[in-house]
Amino acid sequence: MEINIAQIRETNAFSCLECGKCTGTCPVARYSKTFSPRMILIRALRNTHPDSIKSADLWSCLTCQRCDEICPSDIKYTEFIHLLRQFVGIENREGTCSHGGILESISRIMTAPDLKQQRLDWVGRDFQTAPSGEYLYFVGCLPYFDVLFNEIGTQSLNIARSTLKILNYFDIKPQLLPNEKCCGHDFYWNGDLENFRKLAEANFEQIKKSGARYVITSCPECYRTLKTDYPRFFGKLPFEVKHISEFLAEQLQQKKHRLKGDGLRVTFQDPCRLGRHLGVYEPPRQVLRHLSGLEFNEMAHHHKRAICCGVTGWMNCSQISKQIQAQRLREARATGADTLITACPKCQIHFQCALLDKQLKEEVNLTVQDLTEVVVTYLA
Amino acid sequence: MAKRKVKNDFQPRIVVFACNWCSYPAADAAGINRLQYPPNVRIIRTMCMGRVNPAFVLKALEMGADGVLVSGCHFEDCHYSFGARKAAEQYQKLEKIVQLLGIEKGRIRQEFISAAEFPKFVQVVHEMVEQVRKLGPNPLAKSLLPGHKEKREEMAVN
Repeated sequence: MEINIAQIRETNAFSCLECGKCTGTCPVARYSKTFSPRMILIRALRNTHPDSIKSADLWSCLTCQRCDEICPSDIKYTEFIHLLRQFVGIENREGTCSHGGILESISRIMTAPDLKQQRLDWVGRDFQTAPSGEYLYFVGCLPYFDVLFNEIGTQSLNIARSTLKILNYFDIKPQLLPNEKCCGHDFYWNGDLENFRKLAEANFEQIKKSGARYVITSCPECYRTLKTDYPRFFGKLPFEVKHISEFLAEQLQQKKHRLKGDGLRVTFQDPCRLGRHLGVYEPPRQVLRHLSGLEFNEMAHHHKRAICCGVTGWMNCSQISKQIQAQRLREARATGADTLITACPKCQIHFQCALLDKQLKEEVNLTVQDLTEVVVTYLA
Repeated sequence: MAKRKVKNDFQPRIVVFACNWCSYPAADAAGINRLQYPPNVRIIRTMCMGRVNPAFVLKALEMGADGVLVSGCHFEDCHYSFGARKAAEQYQKLEKIVQLLGIEKGRIRQEFISAAEFPKFVQVVHEMVEQVRKLGPNPLAKSLLPGHKEKREEMAVN
């Protein structure tokens, strides 16, 4: 693909001062011997042949936006990485997709327009859904994660069930799309814009046809993609996208609800897409404050400085990811918490995977739960 | 009328993952014993059935295979002791994913065939080809691989 200089210019990449703050703050560079965000940028600007930049390191970037936050020249580094990956092209990439590439395969199969998925089998009788209405719950890839990651002890569908229960609790009967596709987040960030567009178009048409005004997601990646990446392709969206934590915070605030339950000592992991990408820091914390008997402490790195869970888009999972996860889990332990709450299904999978290490598990002794899973125990 | 004719002529293409220690020798023995089986299968030899990640099967389907057969040793015969069991676990996962995606269940199959059971191998391939022929061409190929149909017809002519 041709490089689009205008787009690169928009990211401010040319005003790099080569100060290296990005490398200093990068969670990957902290553990990797070769990865350096600064060098990737400098190399790319000096030599524009794809071969000079296509090394696996390009796909090791977590696009977690810690460098964006700290950069004195205000470079949109993650956007720059996204453009570079698009330029190098998915067929030339040297990064490897973990789990044998099955998640990429699933998403690619979903781009087939005449596919009839059977993804709503998990919706039992005790949930209330409606064929039409103002609210739509965008489930995302949770049914697939549930099958694939059951063996490491995460039940991703619990998040979907909890979210439905929460919506029902506030008297909302959401619609569910029977043939919803992956939002395309991973394709977007791995530089496969063609497939992203196919998925995005299919989803956009379906949501538009459903006539929903509010789209609720329980996954920050779907949230970011629907909210900020779809409008770039389709213009202003005819619906409003909300993360479940925002919805909950609003509802609890309005009704002055205080939910009662057992005492828990918790800490919160800011998912990068929710926090740094979209600035949603407070809503999940407000929700936690509304739960009585819950002791909430911040980790050493929180809000803007929170550390990513180690892998993005299922790319290049390695020893480095593991080290990042271990560091994060130890930070969580240091707060005295016994539950690490996150608002992202992928964060949950990654931390749970790190806990497969028995030594680490004994050391940190934490359970990892999604925000919705915790809230639901307080509803009953 | 023409459409019906095409359906009868449909020659499915089936990818067979066969393990090095049981199913591949079984396929070999079938040949040595001059047992005929349909030429619709493309055999890929793997060291163990446990190595066949669900991702490989999905990838085959994504790339236009009409059916995928995963075959290997019986549990007790596995050369790597736990490989076949691992494969059985993985196959369950694969079945669920295929079901979620709405692909027909008949397109995938797992079979345990030991090196001595070459008649079974022949029979399984016959059954699989018939089954997939009934299901018709892989619907994914049309939309995921543009130009796939023409290519296939070209190959049939040659």
